Parts: sequence; structure tokens; C-alpha cells
Amino acid sequence: MTTTMMSCQGLSKAFVMHTRGGTRIQAFHDVSFGLSEGEFVGVSGPSGAGKSSLLKCLYRTYLPTAGSVWYTDGAAETRDLASAPEQAILRLRRQEIGYISQFFPVIPRVSALDTISNSMVLRGFPREVSIQRARDLLERLAIPRPLWDLSPSTFSGGEKQRINIIHAVIARPRLLLLDEPTASLDAASAQEAVSLIRELKKQGTAMIGIFHDRSLLMSLSDQVLAMEAA
Amino acid sequence: MDDRVLVSVRGLEKRYGPGCGSCRELTGPDRGTNVCPQCGTVVAMAGVSFDVREGEILGVVGESGSGKSTLVQCIYFDQEATRGEIRFRGQNNDDDILGLPRSEKRKLRGRLMGMVYQNPLRGLRMDITSGANVAEKLLEADLFHYGRIRARAAELLARTEIPPAYIDRLPRSLSGGMQQRIQIAKALANNPPLILLDEVTSGLDVSVQARVLDLIRELQRELAVSMIVVSHDMGVIRLLADRTLVMKDGCVVEQGLTDQVLEDPQHSYTQLLVQSAL
Repeated sequence: MTTTMMSCQGLSKAFVMHTRGGTRIQAFHDVSFGLSEGEFVGVSGPSGAGKSSLLKCLYRTYLPTAGSVWYTDGAAETRDLASAPEQAILRLRRQEIGYISQFFPVIPRVSALDTISNSMVLRGFPREVSIQRARDLLERLAIPRPLWDLSPSTFSGGEKQRINIIHAVIARPRLLLLDEPTASLDAASAQEAVSLIRELKKQGTAMIGIFHDRSLLMSLSDQVLAMEAA
Repeated sequence: MDDRVLVSVRGLEKRYGPGCGSCRELTGPDRGTNVCPQCGTVVAMAGVSFDVREGEILGVVGESGSGKSTLVQCIYFDQEATRGEIRFRGQNNDDDILGLPRSEKRKLRGRLMGMVYQNPLRGLRMDITSGANVAEKLLEADLFHYGRIRARAAELLARTEIPPAYIDRLPRSLSGGMQQRIQIAKALANNPPLILLDEVTSGLDVSVQARVLDLIRELQRELAVSMIVVSHDMGVIRLLADRTLVMKDGCVVEQGLTDQVLEDPQHSYTQLLVQSAL
């Protein structure tokens, strides 16, 4: 029997815009779900329903307004990500939680190969192993060789997105948050990216994902979390 | 102290002026000033508390006059804090070091801290060579052997990508970017666990700025030193810092993960700051 890795309870997010006279914008309200090892929760809903905001709250890029996100880490320690100390969040991000955002924050002047292998080195893998795996993945997602030593900041949207995906999956995270990872990819690389995601899932990575492609979302999901405009 | 905490700062305060009973109450972000209307005292910094962990980069942002430079200068003992405590793990039995005698503090500083100032004129002596500037810092940590000092200086200058020939040149004759590199070499001289960087790229043009930032990132990764990076530039903070403090009118108004502070700022001032960034 698989045990629950994450339990999200009554999570809400509202933004208070102090520079707009304290206007309050509700991103989403009272979201709850549970997630086990190797399980995929698909998040569906119209634009503006708060899907991306939910993922950002789970990653703590946004500070949740209410509710809790109980997460049991690889060392079997359970804590609430909504209120955990920053150091704990930083450690989890480095070691076990991956996030594929819609826009990849690349560091300028660092090569694609270094960018992605570093994320594996940071998790304690030897440099040679990391670089080898980075090469394999660059090959697999069809990034042209001449680009490997260039900074992704010079890449096309689709190429950047593939680097983003490799960066997140390379160290096989325990939990992966996916925000439209295939949106800007052509059919062939989208298919390859999806097969990478399926492999990872099979190996036990738990995932929460947003896909605008409804049939893809349904085929990946073990449960669907339907969100509505707040 | 938590065993991963390197430096712990509590209730740090710096005043210029006589001070009165109402200074704290009448200054700060809610009052929109750091000048006490009763006695004219400038409360440059008040009630600042935070920890820096091993190998962590802590960012400090805020506008001019928010107290961010005062903060690092008080930690570096360039200025004497009016009040507060600083603990450095493993030093003085983990007890406050601000109260130690001046000579004692100078010694601690030589071993434990390096500083890079915005203005190289502050961090370097322009009338002695680059090598001698680095040597000065080595002397602070009781390295007196000429050959070894010179070898270490050469090694540090190489590490900060300064051409070897520059070791015998005066910083005055070098570019701003090179001067900042010499300051960085000097700050690293004794392998200190903590480096303080105060607006180090503010006076440089963009391409030079980028290379100095790259150097700082590389060195930090390689040496796993802790850093406090002060900047008014959100780009610098985003690039370097894991966690960030936001200061206004001498006080910390917000602190959190850097991406959270930038993408979901909680305090009205931080929201304004983030919106104003280019």
C-alpha cells in the first residue's frame, strides 16, 4: 500500500494589493486533495481559476493565505509547507521537489549543460554522472548540439521549455509540479516530454500537473482536481 | 545556536544623535521617516534581527537611506551599533561579540569577515599596489612571511581573474571592474566564513557588472561561504540571494524566500518596490 506524500487541506490564496487601495483578489479558495507516491493529480479549470497560483503556493513562491500543505519528505518527516521555515523549503526544493514553470528563470551566461547538470550536482550526484545524464536528456529532447554550451537565455521558446523540463526531471524528484510543460513544444518533443514524465511517474515520482490538452491531462491523471473561477 | 546558523543578529540599532524616549516610536516605516521629530536623532537602523546560515546568501534590499549599508557596516564593526547583539558560531562561546574590546573585534573581523564596498576608495588604498592591498588583510590574520603573503596574494588575484602583472600596480591605475575584483580578492584573503557585499556592482557598467556577479556566484558555490548581499537592484538579488530582507526607514518590513518576496510581496512598500523595478 502506498502512503500519502502530500495532503493539501483547505488551501486558499488571496492577494492584497496595497498599492491599489487594499484591493483583495481571490486566486483560489478552499482546495483540498491528497497525493501518494507515483500518483498524478491533474488540475483542470478555465483560465483565471487559480491553477498556476495553486502550484506556486505548493512551491511557496506564493504564501498561502489559509490552509495547510502537509508534506512527508524522503526522510519520513512531515511538515506544513505553507508555514515551514524558509530553510526547510530551500532544502526540499534542492533535494526533492521539482517545478516546471511556464516561464523558466534561466541564469544568463551559464550554459545549458551546466544549468541542468548543476541541479543534479546540488542534489549530491557526482559531476561526471550529472553531465552524462544531462547529455542523454539533451539528446533525447532533441536540443541541437551546438546549443549545449550556450546559455538558454538565447534559445527559442520551445528550446527553453525543453531545458526547463530537463532541469526539473534530471535528478528524479520525489514530487514534481508541472505548469503547462508542453504548451510551447512541437508534437514530437511534446510526445518525448510526456514519455519522460510517464517514466518518472512509474519510478514513483508524485505529480501535480496543469495541461491545456484535455485528453493528455485525462490520460496522465489518477485523479482530477477541478477548479472554478473564484 | 542552531548548528547550521553562522551569524545571528538580534535587535541591532544605530542612532546618530542624542536620542530620546520617543525615537523608536516616532520613526520607522509606519511613520515614513528615520528622523525623530522630537530630538532630531537619525535612527539609521532599529530592531533588525535575522540569522545567516552556513553557505547561504542573504539579500538585503531597500531604497537609499533604508539602513541597509548601516547594517553591514555595523556587522563589520566599521560603525559602532548603538544597541543589539551579534553572535558568531564558535566565537566567544557563541555569546555576543559587539561588546568585546575594540582590539578583540579587529582580530575577529580579520579572521571571520570580508567586506566589499560600493566605492573601492573605501575598501582599497589607492597609493599601495593591488598585491599590498590583499596583503594588508592577510596581516590582519597574522600571516607575516613575505614569500607566503605574496604567493597567497597572487593566488587570490588569479582566482578573481586579475592578470598576474597587476599585482604590482596601483589600484588607482585600474578600471572600476578590476578594482572591485581586488576588493573581492582582499575580502576572500583569509578564507572567512562570511563575506559582506555592499552594492558592489552599482558603479559598474552593465557588461562589467555581469562578469563581477558571475564571479561572485562562482566563488560562493566553490567556497560555500555565507554572504550578505546588499543591493537596491532586484536583478542582483534575484540572481544571488536564497532569502531576502526588505528594509525601509531603518527597519526590516519583510523577509522571506527571494522568489516569494519578489512574486508575492506582502508589505505595501515591497509591493511598490517590486512594481517599480524595470
